[in-house]
Amino acid sequence: MLRFLSFRHLLLRTALGGLALISLPLSAAEQEHVRLPQYDWSFSGPFGTYDRAALQRGYQVYKEVCSACHSLHQLAYRNLSALGYSEAQVKTLAAQNEIQAGPNDAGEMFMRPALPSDRFKSPFPNEQAARAANNGALPPDLSLIIKARKGGADYVRALLTGYEPAPAGFTVTPGMNYNKWFAGHQIAMPAPLTEGGVSYGDGTKASVDQMASDVATFLTWAAEPEAEVRKRMGIKVILFLVVFSGLLYASKRRLWAKLH
Amino acid sequence: MSLFSWNTVDSVGKWIDVRLPIISTLKAHTSDYPAPRNLNYWWEFGFIAMFMLVIMIATGIFLVMNYTPHVDMAFNSVERIMRDVNYGWLLRYLHMNGASLFFIAVYIHIFRGAYYGSYKAPRELLWMLGVLILLLMIMTAFMGYVLPWGQMSFWAATVITNLMSALPLVGQEIVTWLWGGFSVGNPTLNRFFSLHYLLPFVIVGVVFLHLWALHTTKSNNPLGIDLKSPQDFVPFHPYYTLKGAFGTVLFLILYCYFVFFNPNVLGHTDNYIPANPLVTPEHIVPEWYFLPYYAMLRAIDFNIGIPFTDIVIINSKLGGVLVMLGSILILFFLPWLDTSPVRSCTFRPIYKWLVFLLIINCFILGYIGSQPADASFGGIPLNWIGKLGTFWYFFHFLVLSPVVGRIERPLPLPTSIGTPVLGGRA
Repeated sequence: MLRFLSFRHLLLRTALGGLALISLPLSAAEQEHVRLPQYDWSFSGPFGTYDRAALQRGYQVYKEVCSACHSLHQLAYRNLSALGYSEAQVKTLAAQNEIQAGPNDAGEMFMRPALPSDRFKSPFPNEQAARAANNGALPPDLSLIIKARKGGADYVRALLTGYEPAPAGFTVTPGMNYNKWFAGHQIAMPAPLTEGGVSYGDGTKASVDQMASDVATFLTWAAEPEAEVRKRMGIKVILFLVVFSGLLYASKRRLWAKLH
Repeated sequence: MSLFSWNTVDSVGKWIDVRLPIISTLKAHTSDYPAPRNLNYWWEFGFIAMFMLVIMIATGIFLVMNYTPHVDMAFNSVERIMRDVNYGWLLRYLHMNGASLFFIAVYIHIFRGAYYGSYKAPRELLWMLGVLILLLMIMTAFMGYVLPWGQMSFWAATVITNLMSALPLVGQEIVTWLWGGFSVGNPTLNRFFSLHYLLPFVIVGVVFLHLWALHTTKSNNPLGIDLKSPQDFVPFHPYYTLKGAFGTVLFLILYCYFVFFNPNVLGHTDNYIPANPLVTPEHIVPEWYFLPYYAMLRAIDFNIGIPFTDIVIINSKLGGVLVMLGSILILFFLPWLDTSPVRSCTFRPIYKWLVFLLIINCFILGYIGSQPADASFGGIPLNWIGKLGTFWYFFHFLVLSPVVGRIERPLPLPTSIGTPVLGGRA
């Protein structure tokens, strides 16, 4: 499998090599975006699957850190069963959130614990409330963040670990933070992860990079929950097509041999 | 004795055929259709394109069952298809990548026709119907791209519909009429949805005419010569059904690679951000299959007027639109612009290289279309190269095709395909 992966990389590199050559002399600012670190993910490659432990840790990071400002509104609590939780566990995880429901028979809205069928609770009732609480900036919904940013999981992980003091001569606007990987280097979000910011149930050391990696894995799953099924089906489909094309080619040659 | 027998089937078939000759017509035009025996694999792409059209319509119909054409719901309804509809992700990725693969097939098909002179008499109408299909495909693909209502959807719709405002006098009125309001909004999404559903069936109609014209003039072939002897033909079935099936399956492997392993690589990340009329994306780009046209549109960044006066006859915007439209409309005239009596470039020592250059030029234009308008390559503004490429595109059709056709000395043509195919031994 390793050999296959490296072969695939080689192919990709060769294919993209030509393009890369063309894009080399672009401006320095563009180059910085291109040189995003390339991490090794459990889910990359045609045989990649999500590491269930990383998904559960990532969900914990999302819930304890990110969800204070970022919604995840495309997801329902029932989707968490894909992280390896049992039905009872999903019910418990859902019920930890109070959501508004209704109206009841008296025409009033009321609060109740969330059910697995409910969507993830959003931290703010609307965009204005979110902006008001965040200095005018809008924390984006994270459901599709991996697909909506160039570099995907690599970008998110790099961004979360990319906070550093601004280089000499770079003025950071008050209320903004310097980040190596953010376009323009000024991001409204302060460094969200701190060493030991969450305490993992499985004993994994909660370093900033570990948490960033876990939450990026979780968000990749959130953006592409179908990826494992898709790749598994794809391998069967491609195998079938390769065999089928071989048979077709053999029959075609036999048929046309009569003509030549 | 069983009730079923082939004789019964046969007599039912005859009964129908006497009243409506659908069976014999289909047989004559599918299995018995006489195809030149020397068609190479480049000839597969017509069938592959038709196959992709069917896939697009089939997946599209099921997507529509789950899609909501409303500005507040379109984006989320697409995500619901991706997450909650059974195999919805498969339908959507097949449809999304299918558009790209459809264009790959059609572009190869067009360049095959250009290289082997398939547009020349008596196949002018066949070629022109093909150009019409391309135009319809472009409109359909553009409107389809708007439907998920992501950032690129919205801004592509804004940029492209705004092009109409370049028309003199009535431009702005036409844009308002297209939008159904004073900006791209819900009425725009609704009409694009309606037309995106309609146009594929119009394409099916024109494909039917395209095939009708093909079966009237018969297929061109890699030698580009007129075929007379019956030995030059083979029945379409089983020879080309089998060869075609092999080529189609190879194409399907490429298609499935994108669908299953890299479904978003041909798209743009910004389209996973819901449309926001208040935030313009940093860099608006169309899908890859429109990039060469986009480069041509942007190449005209100067007004055309009477020299030494301030009088502008065609402003840069209108000029860009005319050039972009012209790049496709000019293909309608190719049968008359190319003056050479020889069809196949195999026997045209000069024009052959010009066709290759044209293909390379289209790739260069595509690359330039993908870059920001102010990008530069080693100090040279990319748009200059874009201008040069645009100039070359039109120079190829308007000057080189007529002139080279007259001055070029073609290689001697074989008298029949039997000679080269059988190596002169027959």
